[in-house]
Amino acid sequence: MLDANDLECLRGTRRLFAGLSFALAPGECLHVHGANGSGKTSLLRILCGLSRPERGTVRWNAEPIDAAGDEYRAALAFCGHANALKEDLTPAENLLAAAALYGTPATEDSARAALDAFGVLHLEALPVRALSQGQKRRVALARLAVCARRLWILDEPLAALDARAAQTLAARLDSHLAQGGLAVLTSHQPIELRAPMRSLALS
Amino acid sequence: MNAPSSGAVFRGIVRRDLRLAARRRSEPLFTLGFFVVVASLFPLGLGPEPELLRRIAPGVLWVAALLASMLALGRMFAADYEDGTLEQIVLAPSPLVLSVGAKIVAHWLVSGLPLVLVSPLLALQYGLPADVIAHLALSLLVGTPVLSLIGAIAAALTIGVRGAGVLVALLTLPLYVPALVFGAGAVDAKLAGLSAAPNLALLGACLALALLFAPLATATAIRISLE
Repeated sequence: MLDANDLECLRGTRRLFAGLSFALAPGECLHVHGANGSGKTSLLRILCGLSRPERGTVRWNAEPIDAAGDEYRAALAFCGHANALKEDLTPAENLLAAAALYGTPATEDSARAALDAFGVLHLEALPVRALSQGQKRRVALARLAVCARRLWILDEPLAALDARAAQTLAARLDSHLAQGGLAVLTSHQPIELRAPMRSLALS
Repeated sequence: MNAPSSGAVFRGIVRRDLRLAARRRSEPLFTLGFFVVVASLFPLGLGPEPELLRRIAPGVLWVAALLASMLALGRMFAADYEDGTLEQIVLAPSPLVLSVGAKIVAHWLVSGLPLVLVSPLLALQYGLPADVIAHLALSLLVGTPVLSLIGAIAAALTIGVRGAGVLVALLTLPLYVPALVFGAGAVDAKLAGLSAAPNLALLGACLALALLFAPLATATAIRISLE
C-alpha cells in the first residue's frame, strides 16, 4: 500500500501544500482535486519519486520509496501530462518499446489487444504523428494494459478523451481496483467508478 | 513481480533508438554531411600543396569529427525530454545508469560510427598513405565513443535549457581536448614514421575513464534536470 506522511512542497518560494498525509490501501482510488496551479502535478511527481518533497515521506509497503527503489518502480505505472509516445513509431511499436523498458516483455498480440481495448487498433499502421490528440492519449493509456502494475498514477488521464474513451478508462480502473490495484489520479472532469473513490482537495 | 533482466532493457532502448534513427534519417545524415563538407573545405581552401595537406590532415580531420559529433549531441536527450519518454526511462525498474548507457551506445552507433567509416575516404583527399589512413580510422574508432560519453554529460545537464546548443559546445569542447590531442597525435606519429601505440594507449585510457564515469554523471544530471 501507498502512504504519504506530512508532505510539503515548495515551488520557488511559494508553498503549494504542507502537512499533506494519506494512506491508500489495495482496491482504493484517490482522486486529487484542485484549481490550476494548486500542486496536483507536483504531488503526483513526488509520489512517483521524480521530485523530492521539501518535507515528509512517501512509503510503499511501509518502506520509503527511495529505499524501495526498483521494487517500487516495478509496481508503478505513471501516465504524465506528456504522452511519452514516439511520433515516428506506430502505436504498437510504442507499446512494445514501453513494455521492454518496463521489463514486462509483451508480444505483438498483447500490444494489439491493449490497443483494441482502447479502440485504436484500426490506427495500427499509422505513425503516432498522424494521430489526433485524443487518439494519442488512448495509446498512452493502453500502456497500462500492456504493463501489469499494482499502482497507477495518472495525471489528467481524461484530457482530450471523448465520452466513450472515458468510459473505457473507468471500466479499466474498476477492474484494476477489483484485482487489488491502487490508483491515484487528477482530473477536472468527474470519473464514475463502481468502487468508492477517496478524494483529496488541494487549495 | 520479477526484476526485469537488465540486458533486455538495454537492448530494448538501443533497438528503439536505432529504429527511430532509421525512420528519421535526416538527423544522422546532417552529422555525416557536416563532417564530409568541413573536411573537404580545407583541401579546397589551402590549394594543391601535397606536403602541407599531409601535415595538417590528422588535426583537421580530428577537429572536423569532433565538431560533427558535437552537433548531434543536442538531440541526445532533448526529444525524450519533450515527449515525456525520459520520465518513463527514469521510472523504469532498472538502473538508470544502464538505460543511459544504452542511449549513449545508440547515439554512438548512429552519429559516431559513420564518421569512423567515412574517414578513410576523406583522408584520401589529403594524400595520406594507407597505413596512416588505417591509424586515423583506428584512432577515431577509439576516440568517437569518448566524445559521445563526455557529450552525454553536457547534453543531460542542459536538458530543458534554452539555447542548449551553444552551452553544450562550451561545456564539451574543453573536455574534448585530451581525446583530440591523443587522437591526432597518434596519426601524426604514424605520419612521422614513429609508433602510434603510446598515443593510442592514452586514448584508450581516456575511453576507459569515460566509460566508468560518464554514465554515472549523466544519470545524476538527468535526475537533477527532471526535478
